[in-house]
Amino acid sequence: MKPDDFDYVSRLLKERSGLVLTKDKAYLLESRLMPLARKRGLKGLDELMVALKKRDIVLEKAVVEAMTTNESFFFRDNKPFDQFKSIVLPNLLKARATKKSFRIWSAACSSGQEPYSLAMLLKEEGAKLSGWRYDIVGTDISDEVLKKARAGAYSQFEVQRGMPMTLLVKYFKKKDENWAIDSAIQSMVQYKEWNLLGDLKPLGQFDVVFCRNVLIYFDQPTKSKVLQAISQIMADDGVLYLGGAETVLGISDHFKPVPGQRGIYAVTKGIGKPSLGAPQG
Amino acid sequence: MKSCLIVDDSKVIRMVAKKILQEMSFETEEAEDGQGALQLCQDHLPTAVLLDWNMPVMNGIEFLRALRAMPGGDQPVVVFCTTENDIEHIQEAIEAGANEYIMKPFDSEILQAKFAQVGLIEG
Repeated sequence: MKPDDFDYVSRLLKERSGLVLTKDKAYLLESRLMPLARKRGLKGLDELMVALKKRDIVLEKAVVEAMTTNESFFFRDNKPFDQFKSIVLPNLLKARATKKSFRIWSAACSSGQEPYSLAMLLKEEGAKLSGWRYDIVGTDISDEVLKKARAGAYSQFEVQRGMPMTLLVKYFKKKDENWAIDSAIQSMVQYKEWNLLGDLKPLGQFDVVFCRNVLIYFDQPTKSKVLQAISQIMADDGVLYLGGAETVLGISDHFKPVPGQRGIYAVTKGIGKPSLGAPQG
Repeated sequence: MKSCLIVDDSKVIRMVAKKILQEMSFETEEAEDGQGALQLCQDHLPTAVLLDWNMPVMNGIEFLRALRAMPGGDQPVVVFCTTENDIEHIQEAIEAGANEYIMKPFDSEILQAKFAQVGLIEG
């Protein structure tokens, strides 16, 4: 790809999604955009660039989606889910005992594995949650991946990565070559197409936010901006989950790490109020 | 050192699994059917067993039942690794005492994810 074509695409990505495409990731353009070019009947990246520069809005959106789509798997990294189950959920049940409701947001949820993992986890805790109302909202910038998330059908390869066999047997049915998630789990998650750089307020307030492995693609100012926006739609005692390679330190004052709990951050505006992420005596 | 017994009648599969497991710092042993595996287990129990289903002489599920009935046989973590990929087989494996289940084809990522899930390696 020509240097100014690279600059053109990286500017478009930065503007639309916050994604920072560095030169060492140029190879991604080829692998992600070639299938898109073919789908459109274009011969290669050069022809795609010509079409893109005509400011074809549909194509621009497709390019952003192709570049921002990232792989996801069920119960990714395990530990955040264990921690959610053993600490955050019991804290939530105590702190919201009168209201009997809470809301969880899986930001940049890709093809749905994270929100569905949370749904299965909550389903497994069934008895404790009887009489409770809770929302699991999954958002992503790409309606293509959300289509897949809503459909709830995964390949054998996808269901094997991280999903315990007991849950597979319980919540999935084999349908031809794919594994289809149980409709009871499917209906527990609401999916919405949403840009993290846009106004987040219409999403409502959340008690727990999962935003893992998203910030790594943003530059520093964008990270700060997104973290601030997220903090504004969180409960005072809410917790934010970031990916293993991410942190708020030196980027945002709106969150602080929960001591002893890796990857979990408490909202600072709630200082003085015990965080949902803090282990109880 | 953690040890893993690889039970599969395909030499190629055993080789692939051995390479991945050694990269995960496992000491490996191999058996080409359930009977050979059971004999090895009677001598000494491995930390983990990676177990094929369809094998001559004694198949995977028969081996697993025999292993679980042995003194100390509840100890090894058993992960099936088979082309059988329907709910009924997975269910049967769970009932016989399997700890996890991999559907072939597999790669190092799947093997590592499953081993992490059952606590054999750090996640």
